[in-house]
Amino acid sequence: MSKILNVAHLGKTYTSGSKQLTVLDDVSFSIDSGETFAIIGPSGSGKTTLLGLCAGLDHPDAGTVELSGVNMGSLNEDERARLRNEKVGFIFQNFQLLPTLTALENVVVPLELQGAKNPTKIGKELLGKVGLTDRMHHYPSQLSGGEQQRVALARAFSNNPAILFADEPTGNLDQDTGDRIVQLLFELNQEAGTTLVIVSHDLELAQKCNYQLRLRGGKVISNEILIEN
Amino acid sequence: MAWRDSKASGGRLLLFTASIILGIAAVVSIQSFSENLEENIALQSKTLMGADFVIDSNQPPNEKVKAIIDSLGGADGRSVGFPSMAVFPKNGDAKLVGVRGIEGEYPFYGELETKPTDAAQNYQKSGSALVDATLMLQYGLSVGDSIKLGNSMFPIQGTLISAPGTSGIGASIAPPVIIPYEAVEGTGLIQMGSRVGYDFYFVAEPEQDLQELEDIVDPQLDVENADLDTHMSTAAQLGRSYDNFGKFLNLMAFIALLLGCVGVASSVHIHIREKLRSVAVLKCIGATRKQTFLIYLLQVAGMGLVGGVLGIFGGLILQQSFPLLLQGFLPFEVEISLVPQALFSGLILGIMLAVLFALMPLLNTWFVSPLQVLRVDNTKNPKSRKLQLWVVLAIIVFVFAFSFWLLGNVKYALYFVLGIIVVFALLGGVATLFMRAIKRFFPTSWGFTSRQSLLNLYRPNNQTSVLILAIGVGTFLISTLYFTKDILLSQVSLDTSENTPNLVLMDVQSEEKLEAATSIEASGLKVLNNIPIITMRMHQIKDRPVRELILDTTALQNRWVLFHEFRVTYRDTLIASEQTVEGTWPLERKDNGLIPISLSENVAADAKVKLGDTLVFNVQGVLMETQVAHLRSLDWARMQINFNILFPSGILEEAPQFHVLTTNAPDANKSASLQRELVRKFPSVSIIDLRQLFTVIEGILSKIAWVINFMAFFSILTGVIVLIGSVRNSKYQRIKENVLLRTLGAKSKQILRITALEYFYLGLLGGGIGIVLSLLGSLLLAQFVFETSFSPSIIPFVVVLPSIILLVLLIGMLNSKSVLQSPPLEVLRKEAG
Repeated sequence: MSKILNVAHLGKTYTSGSKQLTVLDDVSFSIDSGETFAIIGPSGSGKTTLLGLCAGLDHPDAGTVELSGVNMGSLNEDERARLRNEKVGFIFQNFQLLPTLTALENVVVPLELQGAKNPTKIGKELLGKVGLTDRMHHYPSQLSGGEQQRVALARAFSNNPAILFADEPTGNLDQDTGDRIVQLLFELNQEAGTTLVIVSHDLELAQKCNYQLRLRGGKVISNEILIEN
Repeated sequence: MAWRDSKASGGRLLLFTASIILGIAAVVSIQSFSENLEENIALQSKTLMGADFVIDSNQPPNEKVKAIIDSLGGADGRSVGFPSMAVFPKNGDAKLVGVRGIEGEYPFYGELETKPTDAAQNYQKSGSALVDATLMLQYGLSVGDSIKLGNSMFPIQGTLISAPGTSGIGASIAPPVIIPYEAVEGTGLIQMGSRVGYDFYFVAEPEQDLQELEDIVDPQLDVENADLDTHMSTAAQLGRSYDNFGKFLNLMAFIALLLGCVGVASSVHIHIREKLRSVAVLKCIGATRKQTFLIYLLQVAGMGLVGGVLGIFGGLILQQSFPLLLQGFLPFEVEISLVPQALFSGLILGIMLAVLFALMPLLNTWFVSPLQVLRVDNTKNPKSRKLQLWVVLAIIVFVFAFSFWLLGNVKYALYFVLGIIVVFALLGGVATLFMRAIKRFFPTSWGFTSRQSLLNLYRPNNQTSVLILAIGVGTFLISTLYFTKDILLSQVSLDTSENTPNLVLMDVQSEEKLEAATSIEASGLKVLNNIPIITMRMHQIKDRPVRELILDTTALQNRWVLFHEFRVTYRDTLIASEQTVEGTWPLERKDNGLIPISLSENVAADAKVKLGDTLVFNVQGVLMETQVAHLRSLDWARMQINFNILFPSGILEEAPQFHVLTTNAPDANKSASLQRELVRKFPSVSIIDLRQLFTVIEGILSKIAWVINFMAFFSILTGVIVLIGSVRNSKYQRIKENVLLRTLGAKSKQILRITALEYFYLGLLGGGIGIVLSLLGSLLLAQFVFETSFSPSIIPFVVVLPSIILLVLLIGMLNSKSVLQSPPLEVLRKEAG
């Protein structure tokens, strides 16, 4: 199976006042296409930073990230944006929907950015899959948290990504809603054959993935296979 | 607590302060300068007149006037003034000047400022002339050269820099030339038809009550077509004319301040909205309504105070620039001094307006429920709506009170407040309508970036309406000024066709008429008009003698018609600028022996006469009974020779008369050579070059427009600050949006385009609405105030609007730099945090 993500000796340091804060230190791992991968660890362990670097949202201070065979370090900001647009989907803890767009409009943003033809049709289909056909013309402020996250799910799959990064996807939801979202996330993932990378505190959610990477203080403390394919 | 809380929101509150600084600076500077001007006019009143009082008349004093002058101990000095052509032998050029022959030690106060300085003392003894400095410069003259006035040649003794009684604007049309009084006769320039002013100057006894003197003597002089003015009354009159302009500028500054206040309300609104949860927390832990309300009220009042103080400092600096700005309007130098009243009013305005405008959003803290800690509820409390109405009323009352204090007139203050409400409401209303229309008819077929930028106008905490209002008011002011200048200039515009006169020969005596016409034709030009002119005054209106009407303070006639020396012509045809309003044309004599005449509408209205009424004219000693048989409307929009009173042919042919000849010179060179030729042959003829006059008028209007534009600039600058404030207020929201788009794969170009287009729409909407409203306003102004047609200039559309859009775009993009450059991960971490 080909590697969709290859992370080697990744390091990231932030400067806070006069202090240097090492957030990630020599992190290496790789993910095969179609896998589900959980990054877990306590607060401040560097999970979100790692996710951001993997998605090319920032530059590492050390090491390399190869996404879909492309070294992210060799790309400029626009090239990385294009790569994300074509290969990557995102789900955030805070849903991150554009408040001025309706549910349907939010879902089709990645397609619109690509200049894709007939994005609305795809958007409607995806909203149907997440059970929001009757809410597609509502604005984020008119939707509940669970509904907003379902819109975000639909958006994440709209560009048919090769890899999907989910940052605490249930962090802002109650147990029942969170469970439904996770179920939906895995169903859609299976259907599309997308690689899924989840950052979470939720060990139960992490247990559902094939692989689990544990971080502490910016270092990998374990990288284990939970479920064999 | 207020202080601790404000430290956390320092940047936003600082911008809120900045939006009122400029307005206060403008108000303080203009108020201070107007006060300085008033003080200076009062202090320099004697210097401005050069005497304590003056008796003036536009005819040689008759026996009665002479007797009055003698009874006052005789004049201490006198002068005679008239327009005339001056020839400069050095280069052969000729130019219309204002000749003033002075006798005695005049001026008794102040001085004739000349270069060299002793020229003012020597010109009388040496029989030479003092010539206006600008004229000297324009025609390359220097001291020692000669100037020819009529039949006499005068050596130029000095350059005249300033003299009492020469106004800036009058001097630009006919620059002053001073010669000794005795030399006037020798010039031969005072002839029939000459517009001559005779002035007799007096120095009063120290204890003399000038007001009483004016009250007693002036009515006696009025009936003799003379007038007495004291230095005080002249200064008061001068003060009034500047005062009106000052008030106008003051109101413009006030508009800038009000605009800033809208910015304050908007900033405080967002500030408070973000603080509502903190307010709820405070209430949860036991803070009373009053305590939480006071925290933010004190913050706002503090910022108002800071804005007021900084505004005062700005105003003091600005005040220094006004003498420079108004150069050319002021006939004297203004000494700048501190005006405590203006400073105090600046401070009060800062605090009051900041608090009043901030009260509306502040009221939300009063009604915040502690429950909001648990659940944010955006529904408005009905009690808060009611209170907000009271606040709006308080703002209107305060604005009215301040306008009344400025204008001293309830009606005008009310008009101003209504005008402000209408413009603000229209701009706000049209902006809201536009926004709704865009939402309703959203251009779904547009590309993503165009649509997204349009949608950004509706983002949470957006200040689209406030921005459109700020940009709109600025554009509205500038465009209205531009259109008004256009309307005023179109009234005096010159028709360039060759059959339209642009050179007018005044005061051509009957015996010179033929030769003057021949000279014009010999130079290859056509004589377009040859109009006989007879001077006359009204002697009796209906059955009441004019002398009686002058003394009757309850008479309804406008007083100018009672004193005016009318220049009348006779003919049987109407010209293009005239239209019959009532009566029959041509004028036909009836059997009643009365001479049928035609009056212009405004003279008929001012003299309170209608068709069929009788008027008796004094035609140089001969009384003529006439009857109003025809009323005409006159189109003053063109520089044509129009007459208020027309006689039929066959009546005045034998009366002493002079002529006006007109021609069209195709270019400035031809015009100058003809003027030289004519002045050489006919020294007493005055020539008005309409092209030059038009340039002078255009120059004056441009100067006025510049000063007004300067004030409008404050509104624009305030708009800019409100714009910056708004960009800053929504900065975090923008960063979030852009980062999200970038995360989803948007390229820098796409994000840049979305941001740029958003500002483009704002500029286009605000500027566009401002220009359209200004177009409507100017149309109404043209129709009802100037009573003329209005063909708008294209300049506001092709220059003002694009400039405004560009400015908005530039400010928006510069302030969004950090938004565009924020690394995505940092923002996402913050969000997750």
